[in-house]
Amino acid sequence: MDAAPIWLSLKLAVVTTLLLLIICLPLAWWLSKKRTLFRMLAEVLITMPLVLPPSVLGFYLLLAFSPQLGLGKWLNDVFDVQLVFSFPGLVLASVVYSLPFMAGPVKSALQQLPPSLAQASYTMGKSEWQTFRYILLPNIKPALLTAAVLTFAHTLGEFGVVLMIGGNIPGVTRVASVAVYDAVEQMDYSLAANYSVLLFGITFLLLMGVFIYNRTQAKSPLE
Amino acid sequence: MIEINIEKKLNMYNGGQSIKFSGRFPLHMVTKITGPSGAGKTTLLKIIAGLITSESGRISVNGSIWLDTEREINLPPQKRLAGFVFQDYALFPNMTVLQHLQYATKDAEWINRLLNIAELTTFADHKPIHLSGGQQQRLAVVRALAIKPKLVLMDEPFSALDSKTKSRFLPALNILFEEIKTTAVIVSHYPMELDVFTGNEISMGE
Repeated sequence: MDAAPIWLSLKLAVVTTLLLLIICLPLAWWLSKKRTLFRMLAEVLITMPLVLPPSVLGFYLLLAFSPQLGLGKWLNDVFDVQLVFSFPGLVLASVVYSLPFMAGPVKSALQQLPPSLAQASYTMGKSEWQTFRYILLPNIKPALLTAAVLTFAHTLGEFGVVLMIGGNIPGVTRVASVAVYDAVEQMDYSLAANYSVLLFGITFLLLMGVFIYNRTQAKSPLE
Repeated sequence: MIEINIEKKLNMYNGGQSIKFSGRFPLHMVTKITGPSGAGKTTLLKIIAGLITSESGRISVNGSIWLDTEREINLPPQKRLAGFVFQDYALFPNMTVLQHLQYATKDAEWINRLLNIAELTTFADHKPIHLSGGQQQRLAVVRALAIKPKLVLMDEPFSALDSKTKSRFLPALNILFEEIKTTAVIVSHYPMELDVFTGNEISMGE
């Protein structure tokens, strides 16, 4: 069995999760503030990949990445970066696709903290940034971990979007889920079974880890 | 002198409610505020601290203007630096007792005194979840005093304390108030418990 698709999937999931952590901390913080029409629209857009068919999302991203049009043309002309059928393109598509999995839980966790926590910090003269860094962020750690693991697992499991954006280039864009599809198409069922059981095992263990961690976190030490 | 004159509309189910308050708190003294639930005591304290904005009003503290809606002055809580004891304590779950105080001040000697007064010295490296209700409340009180604020606003600050603890804790606080020359505004359902503090009593909502 060629292990490259599994490694590629893991690499894609790691890079996507790290990027989303960086993007979503400020984004979720901004979203968690007072509700305005603009914020609501932003939240709807961020949540869309959750319900939109991956093929629709893939189609729009394909248009956006096209070297003949707008963004894709600019990237191609200025930076010589081609997003379609390339690993950077996969990463960008995965970031969009998994955005709600990271932004949603982190935003909810921030909103569920009692407002008096931040207020107490402000009355001590601490800035919004200090309050976020030393009070809010440490107190949403369990939610952050859950969101990161779910994002990771979700990226491992994506299929439609990667297929449309990346295609099936061995070593470049052929991730594990695409490799399964490819093996089935070629009627190589034992290869498909091998990839499948690996994906099944990895995601099972990940989710198991999250559940165990959250259980121990939720327990009161006095009981 | 702290002079307050504010009006704030409240978003209630029955609509149209508002709280109006005008009063003066003498400096370096304790002012006690009493009144029934829903009279707006907590809201008043939060407006003074700058945590809630009021539609109209004016707050001046010893000559400096904290809020003047006509002149569009509204200092943020970080500039007002009023110590605040929240009704729900608002302790930081990620920090130990000591870290709570260290977050507010670098003065180790002062921190030790506060720990002592709150009878929390032996619990310095406990997180709030490992403290009893009374210990949590005392931590909330001394945390509010850690920055040596010129004004400290306390919302039901002794409700979880038994009478014995109160008889030690309150006189010690009284001495601290005088020492750092702070002006205290204390909201309480039981004004009798505040007898150790001399000062005005204002009742709201009657």
